[in-house]
Amino acid sequence: MLRFLALTPADQVTIDKIECNRVTKKYDAIVIGGGHNGLTNAAYLAKAGLEVLVLEKNPYIGGATVSRELHEGWKYSNCSYVCSLLRPEITRDLELPRHGLQVIPYGGSVTFCQNGDYFGDYPDHGRQYREIARHSVRDADAYERYSADVMKQTRLIRPFLMRTPPDPTSLKLRDLKEMRVLAKAFAELGEEGLADTLKFWTMSIGDYLDGYFETDVLKAHLAGSGIIGTALGVYSPGTAYVLLHHYMGDVDGTVGAWGFARGGMGAIADALAAALQSYGGEIKRDAEVGQIIVKDGVTRGVALTNGDELYADIVVSNLDPKRTFLKIMDAKDLPEDIIHKAKNFKIRGSSGKLNIALDGLPTFNGIPKNSPLLRCDMHILDSLERMEKAYDDWKAETWSKDPYVDMLIPTQVDPTMAPPGKHMMTVFVQYAPPKINGGEWTDDDRDAFGNNVIEQIAKYSPDFKDLILHCEVRTPREIEDEVGLTEGNIFMGELTFDQLLFNRPFPGYAQYRGPVPGMYMCGSGTHPGGGVMAAPGANAAREILLDLKRPNTVPAGYPDD
Amino acid sequence: MTDAQTNTDVIIVGGGHNGLVCATYLARAGRRVLVLEANAALGGAAATREFADGYSVSTCAQWLYQLNPKVASDLELEKHGLELLARDLDTIALALAGNHVTLKTDSVESDSVSDGDKLAYRRFNQQMLKFSKLLASACERRAPKLLDNNFTDLLTLAKLGIGMKMLGKADMRDLIRLALINIYDVMEENFDNELLKAAISMDGVLGSHMGPRSPNTVFGYLYRRLGDVYGYRGPAVVKGGMGAVGEAMAASARACGVELRTEARVEKINLELDRVTGVTLVSGEVVDAPVVVSNADPKTTLEKLIGFRNIETGVARRVSNIRMQGNTAKLHVALKGLPDFKGLTDTEQGQRLIIAPTMNYIELAFNAAKYGEYSPAPAMDISIPTLHDKSLAPAGCHVLSAIVQFAPHDLKQGWKVAKAPFKNLVIDCIAQYAPGIKELIVASELLTPEDLANEFNMSGGHWHHGELAVDQIMMMRPFPGATQYSAPVDGLFLCGAGTHPGGGIMGLAGHNAAKEIIKRGTAG
Amino acid sequence: MRQHDETMLLQTPFHSRIAKACELNQWDDWKGYTTPHVYTEVEQEYFAIRNSTGVFDLTPMMKYRITGPDAEAYLNKLLTRDIRKIGVGRVAYAVWCDDAGQVMDDGTVFHLGENDYRLCAYNRVMDWMMWSAMGFDVTIEDETADVAALAVQGPTSCSVLKAMGFEGIENLKAFGIRTYAFDGVILMVSRTGFTGDLGYELWIDPDKAELLWDRLFDAGKNFGIRAIGGAALELARIEAGFLQAGIDFVAAEHAVRMGRSRSPFELGLEWLVSFDKPIFNGRRALLEEKKNGSRYRFVYLDVEGNKPAEHSFIMKGSKVIGTVTSAAWCPTAKSNLAFAQVESKYGNVGEVLVAEIYYQRELQWTRVLASCTVIEKVIFNPPRRRQTPAADF
Repeated sequence: MLRFLALTPADQVTIDKIECNRVTKKYDAIVIGGGHNGLTNAAYLAKAGLEVLVLEKNPYIGGATVSRELHEGWKYSNCSYVCSLLRPEITRDLELPRHGLQVIPYGGSVTFCQNGDYFGDYPDHGRQYREIARHSVRDADAYERYSADVMKQTRLIRPFLMRTPPDPTSLKLRDLKEMRVLAKAFAELGEEGLADTLKFWTMSIGDYLDGYFETDVLKAHLAGSGIIGTALGVYSPGTAYVLLHHYMGDVDGTVGAWGFARGGMGAIADALAAALQSYGGEIKRDAEVGQIIVKDGVTRGVALTNGDELYADIVVSNLDPKRTFLKIMDAKDLPEDIIHKAKNFKIRGSSGKLNIALDGLPTFNGIPKNSPLLRCDMHILDSLERMEKAYDDWKAETWSKDPYVDMLIPTQVDPTMAPPGKHMMTVFVQYAPPKINGGEWTDDDRDAFGNNVIEQIAKYSPDFKDLILHCEVRTPREIEDEVGLTEGNIFMGELTFDQLLFNRPFPGYAQYRGPVPGMYMCGSGTHPGGGVMAAPGANAAREILLDLKRPNTVPAGYPDD
Repeated sequence: MTDAQTNTDVIIVGGGHNGLVCATYLARAGRRVLVLEANAALGGAAATREFADGYSVSTCAQWLYQLNPKVASDLELEKHGLELLARDLDTIALALAGNHVTLKTDSVESDSVSDGDKLAYRRFNQQMLKFSKLLASACERRAPKLLDNNFTDLLTLAKLGIGMKMLGKADMRDLIRLALINIYDVMEENFDNELLKAAISMDGVLGSHMGPRSPNTVFGYLYRRLGDVYGYRGPAVVKGGMGAVGEAMAASARACGVELRTEARVEKINLELDRVTGVTLVSGEVVDAPVVVSNADPKTTLEKLIGFRNIETGVARRVSNIRMQGNTAKLHVALKGLPDFKGLTDTEQGQRLIIAPTMNYIELAFNAAKYGEYSPAPAMDISIPTLHDKSLAPAGCHVLSAIVQFAPHDLKQGWKVAKAPFKNLVIDCIAQYAPGIKELIVASELLTPEDLANEFNMSGGHWHHGELAVDQIMMMRPFPGATQYSAPVDGLFLCGAGTHPGGGIMGLAGHNAAKEIIKRGTAG
Repeated sequence: MRQHDETMLLQTPFHSRIAKACELNQWDDWKGYTTPHVYTEVEQEYFAIRNSTGVFDLTPMMKYRITGPDAEAYLNKLLTRDIRKIGVGRVAYAVWCDDAGQVMDDGTVFHLGENDYRLCAYNRVMDWMMWSAMGFDVTIEDETADVAALAVQGPTSCSVLKAMGFEGIENLKAFGIRTYAFDGVILMVSRTGFTGDLGYELWIDPDKAELLWDRLFDAGKNFGIRAIGGAALELARIEAGFLQAGIDFVAAEHAVRMGRSRSPFELGLEWLVSFDKPIFNGRRALLEEKKNGSRYRFVYLDVEGNKPAEHSFIMKGSKVIGTVTSAAWCPTAKSNLAFAQVESKYGNVGEVLVAEIYYQRELQWTRVLASCTVIEKVIFNPPRRRQTPAADF
C-alpha cells in the first residue's frame, strides 16, 4: 500500500480534536464542505495568508472525490471514479504531486452489443480507425471530421475554465472587458463556424451524431458522454454540450484523455488537504454546518448542528446552491429573488453507482483475454433508441430497466485498490430518478435497482456474478445522504445552457459572490461546473481575494497552442 | 418561348402564402413576377378542402392567429375578401370530468384553478408578452449575420441589444435563462394546476418534434405568442376556411400585376454554370428569368429542384441535415349534428379546444414519436368552425377539425397500414370527451404527415418547413450559409417557412425575402 | 479472431519480402500499416531512384474506385480540375476542396474505362466522397486493401519492366496506363510516380504481390534495383517539388485552428482549378478569392549555403512573413531547396528573402540567416522523366 507524504487520516483526527477546543477563535474564512472544491478554495485562501477553516460534516473529507474501504482490502472510489478535468494549473500550483497525487492516463472505451459483437474505441489511432471501419468505412472517415469539429468546440471553451464569467447585463468595466474576451473568441470562428458552435451548444447529442455517422453502436458509444450525470436523453437538445464537458479535460496536455488517480479519487482530496495544511489551513471533520450566521446584513460565521458557533467574515459554501440557500441560510437574510432562483435551480438526480469487489477479472462476450478494452471504460447500450428509452424510464420516475452503464476495473492499472489478483469494479448507472413514483427510495428499491444492474452486466459477462464478493449500491438517495449532493446530482446542477457560464448557478450570481456580503459559493454549482475540475474552488478564491484586496494566489489558465 | 416568358423578372416557385406575399411586394416594386403553383388552388397550407360531399374544412392550419398586420394591410387583404367571423377566441383545456380550464390572453378561468395560479398566469403572460415583443422585433427583418459588419445587420443587432436591456436586469436574466429551457420546467416553476400547465405547454410543442420536457420548447411557445404582438388576443376563424386567406392573397397579387399560374408544377430550376436561368415545368415548358424565388422548403428546393449534384457538398450536407420530420396529423370529421363536449356550452364549443390533460400525457404521446410510432393517446387542438361559419357544411351539420400529435412522418410500420387504426384511435380519444360523437359521424379523414407532404409538396410534411428549434432559427435558418433568403446559387432566393422567421400563417418570410431581393437589385 | 484484435499495425501483402530486406528495422506507421522507413541506408536508397531503380511499397495509399453512369460528372464536381479532359487510359494529378475552397487533399485520378475511375488519395475521404455523391448515380468503393501497389522509379526502371517481359512498356507515355497479364491476373502499369524521375507504378491483386516482388527483383538484379523506404522517397519528392498532404498543407476538414487550411491558389496549384466547368466544390469561394486575392503564396526557395531550412521562419528584413513546410539539400540537383508559405504580397519570382535556420552540431545550436531567392520551379526535372519511348538508363 502506498503511504502518502501527507498526514494519514488517523493523525488528522487527533489534530482536529485539539482544534475543537478553540471554539471562540475567529477565522479569516470558513469553507463549508470539504469536497475537492472546498479544499481547493481553502488552499488558495490559506496560500494568500488567510486563516482558513474547512468544515466537513462527514468523518472523512473529499465529498464526492473520495475513496473508502467498505470491504476489507478493497478501496472504492465510490462517487467520482476517473479524472480528466482537474485543472493542470491547480495540480501544479498547489504541488499536488508532492502531496501524493499521481494521475495515470488510461485510454479507450468499449460498448458491448446485444448480438455478441462490440465496438472498441482503441486509444491507438490506427487501430481505432480499423475498428470503426469494421462497422462502417464511411463512419471511420467521418470520425476524423467529428474529432476535429468537437476539438474546435473544446478549444473554444477551455480558456474560460479558469476565468470568472462576465455578467452580460452589467456595464462594469471588468464585465464589459470579459464579455469582449468572450465575444472575440466566438468571432474568431467566423460566421459559419459561429453557427456551428451555436448548433453544437443547443443540439441533442443524438441529432448531432446523426449528422456524422450511420452506425448505431458508434453513435450510442459516443453519446454516452452526452448523458452521463444528466437528466436528459440522447435526443434532448443541450446534450451535445454535456459531451463537450467530458471532452474538455486533459491529461498531460492530451485533450479529452482521462486518467485514474492512483489510490482512488480520494487521493485528489488527500493531496488537496495536504496542500491546504502546508499553507496553515485547518480541516474539521464531523462538523456539520446548520446555518450561516448573518448579522446586520453581513456574514459573521457559521453555527454547527451541535450548537457550536465559529466566526469568520468570509464564509464560502462548497454545497450545492439549493442546500446553500434553502437549507443553511435563513430566508430572512436573503433577497427574495435568490430563494426563487434556488428553488428553480435544476439539480436532478439521474445516476446511480455500484462499487463491486471481485474475486477475479471477469470476461466479456467477444472480448479476447488481455484485450486493452478490458482496461478502459466499458459501456452497455448499443443504440440511441435503447438509451432514449432508458431516459423514458427516468421521466416515468423509475430506474432504467435496460440501463446505460459505464464501468471500469481500475485495479488492472492501479495496484493499490484491491489485494493482488483481486479486482474492484466501479459501475456508473444512468438513469436513476431522485424519487420512485413520487415517493422516496426504499432499501428494497435500492436492492432491486442494484440487482437490475448486475443482471444487465451479467448479460454481457457470463462469469461476472460468480466473482462478486461485495457490492455497494448507491442510488440518488445514498449520494444525497452521504455526500450532500441534492438529489444525488453529480455535477451539482444540470449542465444545460440555462445553468452554464454567466447563468451558473443563477443569472446575476455567477461570479461566486452570494447575495450577502462576505458570503461566497465555490462548489460545482458554479462556473465551470462539476467533474472534479477544482476550477470553481480556485475561481471563487480569486474573487474573494479580489474583494479583500489581497494579492491573487490563483494561477491563470494555460493557453492552448 | 413567348415574349411574356422572356420578360419575366422573377419566377416564384410555389403559390403558398409566403410566395404570394413575396410576389406582391416584388410586383409593387416594379418587378414582373410569375408565380408557378403545382396545385389547382393558391395559398399552399392556407387551404380549404371539401373532404366529404358538402363538408369543407381548413386542410392544414385551422386558426388564424399570427398573420402579420403590416402584411395584411399592405396587401389589403380585407379588400380582397378576407373576413374574420370570430376572433380572440379562448383556449379551453378539456378535462374528462368536465371541469375544464379556460385560457384567455391575460387571465385564466376555472373553478379548479387556484387564485395563486390565476395570479401567476397573469404575471407569466406579461413576461412572455414582453419576450415575444422582443422576438417580433427580430422577425420583421432578415436575421442578422453576427460577424459581417454591415449596417442593416448591425442595426438589427443593436435594436435587439437595446430591446434586451430595456427589459430590465431581472427580465433580461430570465430571458437568457429561459431561451433554451423546456416548457415543462417553466410550468412547474409557475403553476400547480395540471390542466393549465398542459394547455400552455401544448403551445410549446405544436407542430414540432418535441415534448414538453424537450429543451427549446419555451422558444416554441414564445414563437406562438407572436400572435399576441400582432393584435390577436386568441385564434380567429376565417370565413370560408383558411383557403380564403390564400384566395385573398392571390387576389391581392393579381391586382398588383402578378401573373399567377396554377397546375404548373416546376420540375427543376435551370442553371448555367452556377447561375439560375429559369425553370422547367413538368410539362416540359421552359420559362426563363434571371431570378427564381422558391417558396418550397429548403430540402425540396435544393435537393429536388436544383439537385444536390448542382450544389457544393458542404451545402448539400447542411441541407440534408436539416431536421424537418413532420409529427402532426390532421383529422377531419363531418357530423350530422353538433357534438356535445362534456361540460361545454355551445359558445364554448366554438372556442379552441385542447385535449392534453397533463404535461406527462403530452410527453408520453411524444415518447412514441421518438421511436417512429404514433401516440397511443394523442394530444389535440380541436376546432368546430361550423359554429362560426355555416357555409362549410349543410344546414344543421358540422365539421370538426383536429390537429393531432404525435404522428411521425417516418412511421416504422408505414402509414399505409397505420392510417386507419390511428384514425379510429383519434376519434375514440375525442369520443371520451364528447360522448355520442361517433353516432354523428357522416364521413371522416385523417391526413398524415405523409399526406400533407404529398399534398403541399413539403419534404417530411413539416408545417414549419423545418423544426423550429434554437439550432434552426434566426441566422441558422434554413441553414448557415443560406441565411438572409439567398441560396448558395446565384439568382436563387428562398421565401418559404423554411427561412427566417419560420412557419405559421404570418407572411413575414415572404415579406422579408421580397425586401431582400429588392435591396439587391434585379441581378440578385 | 479478426485481425483488428490481434495486430496493432497491419502488414501489406509485400511484408514478408520487405521484412527480409529491411535490415535496419526502421519502420513507419502509414495509415495503420507497417512500412519501412529505411532498409539499409537512406542515401543509397535515394540514389537508387536517381541512378538505377528504387522500389517503394505504396499499398497503404488510399484507393477509391468510382463507377456508375455519373462517375465522370461526379468527379467533375468533386475535383477542381476538368476531369472531362482526362481520356481513358490516362492519369491526372488533382486536388479537391471543401465549400470554402480549402484543399482537403491531393491525389491522382486514374481513368480506367468509360465511367470507371480510381482515385488515389493521401487522406481517408470516404465520408466526403459519400456526401458529395448525393444526387449522383455512382458507386464508391474503398479498394485500398484490395489492390497491392509498388512504385518502380528511376532511370533503369523501364529496362527492369522490359526484362520482366512487359512488351512495349517503353512506349507508354507519362501519365498513361497499360495492362499486362501476370500469372493469370491483370497487372496494371501506370507511368506515374512521386519522385520526379522516370518511373512506373504497378497495381495488382494482393494474392500475387509476393510473386510480383520476386519477379521484379529478379528482373532488376542487373539494373541496380533496390527497395527504398519512406525517408528516401521524402527526399526525392522534395527535390522534385511535390507537395505532401499533412506536411505542406493541412486537410481542410481536419484543421482545428482557424485559418490553417489553404486554397489551391495558396499552394501554387492554380493550374488545377478550372472555372469553365459547372459547379464544383469550392468554385464559389475560389472565384471570390481570385477576385479579392489570396492570403498566402506558395514559393520555392533556393536557399543560400548547404544547411536545409527545415521549419525555418521566412523573413523580409526583420519581419516574419512565412514559414518553411518542406526543405532539403537535394543531392542530385545540388541545390538547397525549400517550400515555403509566405504572405501573398511577397514571393514574386526573383525576390530575395531570408530564412532563419537553426542547426545543431555536437550539442551546439547555430542560427543562420540565409538569404534565399524565390525561384520559378524546382531545378530537378530531367528529360528522361517524360521522354517517350523511355530510355534504357
